Amino acid sequence: MSRATHCPYCALQCAMFVEAAPGQAPAARPAPFPTNRGGLCRKGWTSAELLASPQRLTAPLLRTRRGDFTEVDWDTALDHVAQRLTALRERHGPDAVAVFGSGGLTNEKSYLLGKFARVALGTSQIDYNGRFCMSSAAAAGNRAFGLDRGLPFPLPDLAGAEVVLLAGANPAETMPPMMRHLAAPRLIVVDPRRTATAEQALKNGGMHLAPRPGTDLALALGLLHAVRAQGLVDTEYVAARTTGFEDAWRHAAAWWPEQTEQVTGVPAEHIRAAARALAAASGAYVLTGRGTEQHAKGTDTVSAWINLALALGLPGREGSGYGCITGQGNGQGGREHGQKADQLPGYRRIDDPAARAHVAGVWGVDPATLPGPGRSAFELLDALGGPGGPRALLVFGSNPVVSAPDAQRVRNRLAGLDLLVTADFVLSETAALGDVVLPVAQWAEEEGTMTNLEGRLLRRRALLAPPPGVRTDLEVISGLARRLGQPAERFPADPARVLAELGAASAGGAADYSGVSLERLEAGEEVFWPVPDAHATTPRLFLDSFAHPDGRARFAPVGHRPPAEAVDAEYPLLATTGRVMGHYQSGAQTRRIRELAGAQPEAFVEVHPDTGARSGLAEGALARVVSRRGAALARVRLTEHARPDTVFLPFHFAGEQAANNLTNPALDPTSRMPEFKVSAVRLEPAGPPDAPGAAAEPARAAPPHG
Amino acid sequence: MVTDTDTARHVVVIGNGMTGARFAEEVARRDPRGERLRVSVVGEETEPAYNRVLLPGVLAGRYAPEDIRLPVPETGAVSVRTGAAAVRLDTGRRRVRLDDGTALDYDELVLATGARAAFPPIPGLSAPDGAPEAGVTALRDLADCRRLAALARPGGPVVVLGGGVLGLEAARALTERGMRVSVVESAPWIMRRQIDQAAAQILARHYTRLGVAVHSWRVAARWIPGTGLELDDGRLLAGDALVVTAGVRANTELAQAAGIEVDRGVLVDDTLTTSDPRVHAIGDCAQHPGGGGGLVQPGWEQAAVLADRLTGTRLEARYTGARPVTRLKAEGIELTAMGDPEADDTAETVTVADPHGGRYAKLSVRAERVVGAVLLGLPESASAIAQLYDGDTPVPGDRLALLMGRAQPEAPAGQPGPAPLVCRCNAVSRDDMEAAWLDGARTRDAMARATRATTGCGGCIRDVDTLLSGWNGREPIAAT
Repeated sequence: MSRATHCPYCALQCAMFVEAAPGQAPAARPAPFPTNRGGLCRKGWTSAELLASPQRLTAPLLRTRRGDFTEVDWDTALDHVAQRLTALRERHGPDAVAVFGSGGLTNEKSYLLGKFARVALGTSQIDYNGRFCMSSAAAAGNRAFGLDRGLPFPLPDLAGAEVVLLAGANPAETMPPMMRHLAAPRLIVVDPRRTATAEQALKNGGMHLAPRPGTDLALALGLLHAVRAQGLVDTEYVAARTTGFEDAWRHAAAWWPEQTEQVTGVPAEHIRAAARALAAASGAYVLTGRGTEQHAKGTDTVSAWINLALALGLPGREGSGYGCITGQGNGQGGREHGQKADQLPGYRRIDDPAARAHVAGVWGVDPATLPGPGRSAFELLDALGGPGGPRALLVFGSNPVVSAPDAQRVRNRLAGLDLLVTADFVLSETAALGDVVLPVAQWAEEEGTMTNLEGRLLRRRALLAPPPGVRTDLEVISGLARRLGQPAERFPADPARVLAELGAASAGGAADYSGVSLERLEAGEEVFWPVPDAHATTPRLFLDSFAHPDGRARFAPVGHRPPAEAVDAEYPLLATTGRVMGHYQSGAQTRRIRELAGAQPEAFVEVHPDTGARSGLAEGALARVVSRRGAALARVRLTEHARPDTVFLPFHFAGEQAANNLTNPALDPTSRMPEFKVSAVRLEPAGPPDAPGAAAEPARAAPPHG
Repeated sequence: MVTDTDTARHVVVIGNGMTGARFAEEVARRDPRGERLRVSVVGEETEPAYNRVLLPGVLAGRYAPEDIRLPVPETGAVSVRTGAAAVRLDTGRRRVRLDDGTALDYDELVLATGARAAFPPIPGLSAPDGAPEAGVTALRDLADCRRLAALARPGGPVVVLGGGVLGLEAARALTERGMRVSVVESAPWIMRRQIDQAAAQILARHYTRLGVAVHSWRVAARWIPGTGLELDDGRLLAGDALVVTAGVRANTELAQAAGIEVDRGVLVDDTLTTSDPRVHAIGDCAQHPGGGGGLVQPGWEQAAVLADRLTGTRLEARYTGARPVTRLKAEGIELTAMGDPEADDTAETVTVADPHGGRYAKLSVRAERVVGAVLLGLPESASAIAQLYDGDTPVPGDRLALLMGRAQPEAPAGQPGPAPLVCRCNAVSRDDMEAAWLDGARTRDAMARATRATTGCGGCIRDVDTLLSGWNGREPIAAT
């Protein structure tokens, strides 16, 4: 039997068929769909393997007094958790219990988890790993347009463009089927690394601008400057549809191309040429990704890219625009329905009295009982077990000891908890540290909806029954809520009922899902939010007006500032982190899939050959990358096109190979995004001297002989 | 915005130019609510602060004067007074008196008074009171720009006296406005301080091609209003206007009169403090042992360091000298210079000259560090080398490749790479495909089912089709 669903990984949510014959291992293959156009990357192709993996958890685990895990039945596990939570709340107050969610959860789970935190636990302490992904772009999008939907247009629109600028995005590696929409446009790729996407740009007559890590904001200001100085501003559009250009320009005025070159290393002439290419295109898009967003100034950096797009008159017109490329599977829906510390469903603000009254009405509770805004993701993790911080943490669909910055610090904080509960389908690194592990169903075993990077609603289908002993996240939340004294009907485990309630709770909000129904999705309708009624769909936002009260988009007056930490003699290099094709996020899933783990079994560090030689590191040597916070072991990969001042590590690996042992938890003042992309580091040989690839002695850089 | 004026210390900044305004911005970023510092900026010009570096662009018509204004910090803790000059500094009472009769008391004083054009002692340039004579102007501020625009007419002749960076930028800007321009430089070659003679010759050819007459090693004899500039060899260069870009003099008078130590500029140490511990100096008026006058970048670095110190953000911050990179801003000419353009033979120097192509590259390296470089017409290597110089980081082994903009590292010793992939997304090699073809995959769809090739980004579709048609074409042979 073959049924259509969507890939469990990234926000592209490629359509695929899953074959599930009795007695046979399930298998996935690509399906035609407007977003993936029949494509699928190796992660999607191999995604079904984990459904039948022997590494799956099939019974709740409880830590014993001896310190090891023992399998228990569900009642024992849930009773234990509920009792401990109740005791901790009574002793320390409701904020003693915290919840950490995920951009991988379905809309229904995201919604019910947020409601569970606010109503069943009464805690303000809920946030999610999407804070580490989308928060800077979301904050900047809201600031500029009054609304944040990753791509405010359908993905296939990109194929009609002449020029697409990709800032800190590497879809050729991270979401390959997206490149099917980017084959025709000339690409301008902004990335410190010569990525697969940058190669693609150069092959097709585009450009690769390689700024020093941490200087994207300066580059965006320099591009705006070059646009203005070459007389390329769309002045009619700026006058009719925007406000604030002059104040934004004041900051860009200090970034003439030659000045920008000095700070970013991007030649002034390339800056001018990129500005001309964007302005001359009959259709152009500016897209941002994590590379430009995961900084302590990520929000302002995205604002600077949006300013550039606005000056060129791109957003709010069919055939051009600005968008952010959402990362996690439900990174879009996950940020709309109340997992975020400051949010209620429908992208409402938790400090808005009208929003509180509406949502409390749907929930049947007194608005005064709803908590206020809580701590953001890293601040929440950093407060665990400390004075005034939470004593218990419930984790759903996330592996923060690998994916959060300054990983050793996060491990230490988790160790200080009285109770750590995780819901996961494998024993992730975070689950392994816990007191209780609840085994939950996977993507192909449960119903639900996802919202992809375009704001398109997708249906995830139950193709298989979960293995015996496994429950869905909704069943877990429902079971815990009941044990915490909530009426059963307030926390239904049936996804269809949750979706209906989500619709009511989001009605009238920015992300209005009230007209979403399974019937519409089943009938193949293309449903993009906002969906205020049963016929509505909004493939393209902002065509008539932006979402601010005056209908105009707002330029943000943003200036450049240096990264949170600088290089010095002890830490002379910059490390930046990112993804590879064969792994997803913390790797908890993909490292357990044979083909993917076989192709990339361990961490590596990309190093310019001269830099490698100076550190005594040859191709294949084991390096210790050391920052002011910790160290990571990685296999050296010499890369000619790397910047000599920059090394790159993927963050999919755990323990002593975790790139996040290095990263800096300096936070963006607005989005609270950590500075994943810039850490000062040094390189040291880590292997024994006779290990393969270890250089006999530090090689001096010299011209090749002969 | 309400600020806590009870505990915040008062900093008075004299000078609302690029450095003074930047200092206020840097303070506002570190102390947005004015809890630590209250800043008063006093500027002599009546206009708001603007970006002096872009004046040639205003001259060229690329920017309107209001386009080059600098941001004013959005905080009540910074106030700016324009059109007011400081006339007397009393360091004992910590009070500065302004020309409008008012006075400001300070806890800390920052001198950011900048520099003014220095006119060489040539007859006819300036009146006895120091004011420029008819037809003569400097290019230091917007008033000069307006004056020059009024003097020169499109198609008419203009003489630029001084072939340094500003003079050459002005000359290029004036040609964009349609003027006929002559440049006179008394040194043996143009940009004498930044580049070597060989580079200057190629640069001069660029200018000649743009219609600019370059006269190097020529001394001006006198300016004849309405006629032009007479040179010491008797030649007369026609000119409706004379733009004097022959150097600057730091504005040190206020400090000197207050008894603060002054040489060519106001002397400062690594903390940017003058001989008076409460008085600091940054930008073109300051003289630091590490140099850095005349370019904006060192002044901005000084502004950041002083803001770190005075706000207490980083009390250990020090300015230890600049590694300035000179970048000529002239439409169509890409020139970058840094360090010593004529390093002695203790440095390893690579030089490539291409007069025909208008390109020139020179790189001097000592102890694996860039000590000087000149790059003309090579924008990519210029930015790469400037970054190495700025960071004082080691230079790649292959210097020539670095100069040519394609740094080829030493090849890793004889390690055969993995077989190249046809489909990167699904890691499918040519061998994998051939095996699938032998197993019967004859079409793209069949190949996709068998190997997954073409199902990722789709970029390999053409390659796969080519391979398939090749193999299918030899099928009779393969079948035997």
